[in-house]
Order: sequence, then C-alpha cells, then structure tokens
Amino acid sequence: MERYYQPEIETASREQIKAWQDERLVKQVRHVWDNVPYYRRKMEAKGVAPEDIKSTEDLHKLPFVTKADLREAYPYGLLAKPLKDCVRIQSTSGTTGKRVVAFYTQHDIDLWEDCCARAIVAAGGTNEDVCQVSYGYGLFTGGPGLNGGSHKVGCLTIPTSSGNTERQIMFIMDLSATILCCTPSYAAYIGETMREMGLTPDQIPLKAGIFGAEAWSEEMRQDIQRTLGIKAYDIYGLTELSGPGVSFECSAQTGMHINEDHFIAEIIDPDTGEVLPEGSEGELVFTSITKEAFPLLRYRTRDICVLSHAPCPCGRTHVKMSKPRGRTDDMLIIRGVNVFPSQIETVLLNHGYPANYQIIVDRVKSTDTLDVQVEMTPEMFTDNLGEVERRQQELVDGLRSMLGLAAKVTLVAPKSIVRSEGKAVRVIDRRKI
Amino acid sequence: MSLKQISVFLENKPGTLLTMTGVLAQNHIDMRALSIAETKDFGIVRMIVDDVYATATVLKDAGFIHSLTPVLGVVIPDEPGGLDQVLRVLAGAQVNVEYMYAFLGGKNVDHAYMIFRVQNEAAAVAALAAKGIRVVDQDEISQL
Repeated sequence: MERYYQPEIETASREQIKAWQDERLVKQVRHVWDNVPYYRRKMEAKGVAPEDIKSTEDLHKLPFVTKADLREAYPYGLLAKPLKDCVRIQSTSGTTGKRVVAFYTQHDIDLWEDCCARAIVAAGGTNEDVCQVSYGYGLFTGGPGLNGGSHKVGCLTIPTSSGNTERQIMFIMDLSATILCCTPSYAAYIGETMREMGLTPDQIPLKAGIFGAEAWSEEMRQDIQRTLGIKAYDIYGLTELSGPGVSFECSAQTGMHINEDHFIAEIIDPDTGEVLPEGSEGELVFTSITKEAFPLLRYRTRDICVLSHAPCPCGRTHVKMSKPRGRTDDMLIIRGVNVFPSQIETVLLNHGYPANYQIIVDRVKSTDTLDVQVEMTPEMFTDNLGEVERRQQELVDGLRSMLGLAAKVTLVAPKSIVRSEGKAVRVIDRRKI
Repeated sequence: MSLKQISVFLENKPGTLLTMTGVLAQNHIDMRALSIAETKDFGIVRMIVDDVYATATVLKDAGFIHSLTPVLGVVIPDEPGGLDQVLRVLAGAQVNVEYMYAFLGGKNVDHAYMIFRVQNEAAAVAALAAKGIRVVDQDEISQL
C-alpha cells in the first residue's frame, strides 16, 4: 500500500491545490513587492503591480528571474526577510559561474525538509529504516536536505557525506543501511566498488536509493538497480528554490511529483518566453510560493522537460515532471546540433558499456569534434582486433543515429576516467570560442 | 591440446606497455612469445607465458583488462619451407588463420614455434596430426 508523509497534502484534490496556489501566490507577490526593491523595479519595468496578480492565471504577467539576476543581486539583493530572521545559507556548486547564495528562515528549512521527507516516504522509507546520506554536506544542499528529511521520517540517519567509498560501504554493510541518498554517478561508483569486492545484490542490505543533483538516464537507473539490488528513485531540486525535494519520484517511477503546495511550475518556450500548453516540451519555470527569506518568482531553471497531470497510480495528485533531458547549461552545441550528455549515456549503456565516460569537445580547423571516451570492460574485450573495432563502430553508429552527427569513440583503460563522489564531470569543452 | 594465450588491452600512448611489462617483471613472469596488434587508439598485446594463472592474477590486480584465448603452438622445422608446409596443411583442411606469430624454441636450435589463432581448432589439430606435425601443450611451453 502506498504511504505518504503528508497524505492530506500529497493527495489533495486539484481544486484544493489550485486554491492553495492562488492564495499563496497573491501573498508572495505582495511580500516581494514590499521587501525586495530589486523585484519591485523589475515589476515596474514590466508595468505590473501586486494588484494585477489575483490568481495563478495572472502568473504570466510577472517578469522572469534568471541566474543572471541572482548573480547581479548577490549577495543580499533578493533577500526578502531581515537577516536576523534568517538561520542558514546554502550555495550552488558554482559549476556554471559565480556561486549563488540562498537564504533560509527556520520556516523555510522546515518546509524544505518536509519536501525531502515526502521523497523518502515515497521511496518506501519509514522510522524502521536506516538512511545513509552520502551527498556532500556543507554549502551543497544535497546532504543537509536529505539529512533533515530523514530525521523527519524518523529514519536512523547515517551522515557519511560524500567520499571515502570504503567507509561508505563499511557503514552500509555493518549498520544494514536500507536507503542510500547520493548522486547517481556516486551510487554507480559505490555499486561498482561493491561488485569488485565480491558483494552480490542479495548480500547488500539496501532496498532503495534516492539519487539526484545531476542528469542521469533511464538506462543508468536500470544499471544501478541491478548492481545494488534496489529500487532507484529520482529526486529533483535547485538550491535557488530550496534544494532537493522540489519534486520526487514515487513507486510508479514515471516522472517526479512537484510539491505544488510550495512551487508553481510552468513550461515555457526558452526562446520566446511564451507559456506552452501541457504536454509540450520546454523550459521549466518555478515560482516559490511559501518561502520567506529567498522567494523566487518565475525562476528559469534552464531544465528542459514535460509536465503531466495524468492520474498517477500512487494516488498523489501533484503534477509530474519528466526527468529533465538535461540543463540547457549542460547542452552542447556541436556543429550546430544540440547534444545532451544524457543521450550519449543512453547509447553507451544500451551497448553494454558502464556509465564511466567522458565527452571531449574540441575545435579543429574551425570544425567541432566530439570524442566520447569509454572505458573498456572485461565483457567487451576480446583478443580479436577486428571484433573490438566492430564493437567500437557499433557505438559510433549508435551515437550517430541518436545525435545525428558523427562522433569519435575512444576506448580507454579501466579506471582511467576519474570517478566522482559528487557531480560527475562528463564534459570537457576545449573549444576556445 | 591448445595453449592459453593472454590477451591484454592497452591504450596506445607512451608508457602503457612499459607499465604492463613492469608488472610482469616484478612478478617474475617469463614471456615465451609476444605480439602486438594495434590501432591508432589502442592495442592488444598477445603473449605466451610460463605461468598463465599467475600472469592473469597479477594483471587483474594491477587493473589491466585481459582475456585468455586458446591458441595452437605448432613445432616448425627451422628451415626454408617450414611455415609453408604447415599453412598448406591448414589450408587443405579449410582452416582459417585469424593471426599468428613465431618464436624460437629455447635451447633447441633446430626448430621454431608458431602460435596460431584459428577458427576451427579441432580440424586444425587433426589435420596437423595426420601429417605428423607436432602441436605443443602448456607444460612443454612452461618448461622451455
């Protein structure tokens, strides 16, 4: 039977959810207008006043907020509460430029941890479980978020943080951890290491994993599920909005329920900014309607996905978002073609290679080159050069049909691609543009 | 009847072969024969060693991808026409040779060994035996 952390919210009627959103949106717009001069200027520039926003139908009238705004307003420009009311900051990894700092009141932290608790319960977690949090702790939201959620559920929480893989495995085995929370690439590495130690899935006590903070493919999910003998659940979030738990997967594993009592989601055309009808693929935009310290209105995530209100067998009524095809930040434009690392990962896993790969983009004589480096495995190796080259060619063909452009495949020695304990470095772009 | 060849995957860049031979030297592995097939990016080292099990173990521990491949070790008279005679027999038995390489046999100066990777090993062994051409086993190789 499906269990919920907050059943009255997670299975509320659509009318109820809409009513919460209308009321909270109006209040939030007034809150930022009154307290954040930066927002007020942006709204005035667009000719919108708080009175114009009466319900979610008016959301499109508000200006967008982008990462550039966050950087411009750094550090206090978007703060909507006096510092004396704030109790915490978290910060983005800064992989795409200057770090962004987000502020939390105790109320904000409570709501964020509730969202993470919903994700843990959706993954089957109860107060009988032992939950190992192998996301980094610190400025990164992964560790603190899941740690707080795990406490709320009442799991015995093992705050290992990331790194020291042997110690991770020791705790999983010695304390019979049943739930693992980390990035999917780190889960794959832990699984690979356990397999090399001779541990079979039935010897591993884990039953579920909650993996997020980076794009990963369905094939990688299958791979992790097989190696660890678990069910692997996706979780999504952004530091700018709170952290992990903005949306999470249920037992159906067909998309992530967005916590709509806290966040309003829209899909827009990334080029025109126009709101697209349900079912369209486009850029995900969020409005946080319950946050006090660092509320964002119409924040452009640069994640490309699809929303669906189709009824979910789990009983949750909140809208589902598809696994993002990749952040527009992660998207590579190679010879004019859009390429997401997750597409390359799909091809590799479909051909029996592990998700240990690196994508090297360069520009030679004004032409972009794409080199996919893949680690050779015992299963893929044979003494027959022609056979190895044939398998290499199969990958080249697979990539060509997936991406629509020619890529080079380089087979490299095992373990030569550096393993990640946090977000994996998949792309090295050497183009000097 | 066949020998076990150790095939190793190596990236085609400076020092990778040295790393492998270093591991073998440290573990006192004695190579009988070695050949390399290479492409621009990677190579496959094929070798015949005195102790197959020890070699496989130390290579695995050192993180090398390798596999064991059955090959035929054929004794060939070290004289003009020696190889020609063996190939004639194999061709006559419709046996396709995928690759081969040669080495001289230890203290014996009158014959060489040729390592054959063939598609139909049983047919090859039968055809060679019928012509009185000797195929060696792992023990003989180990004791060279």
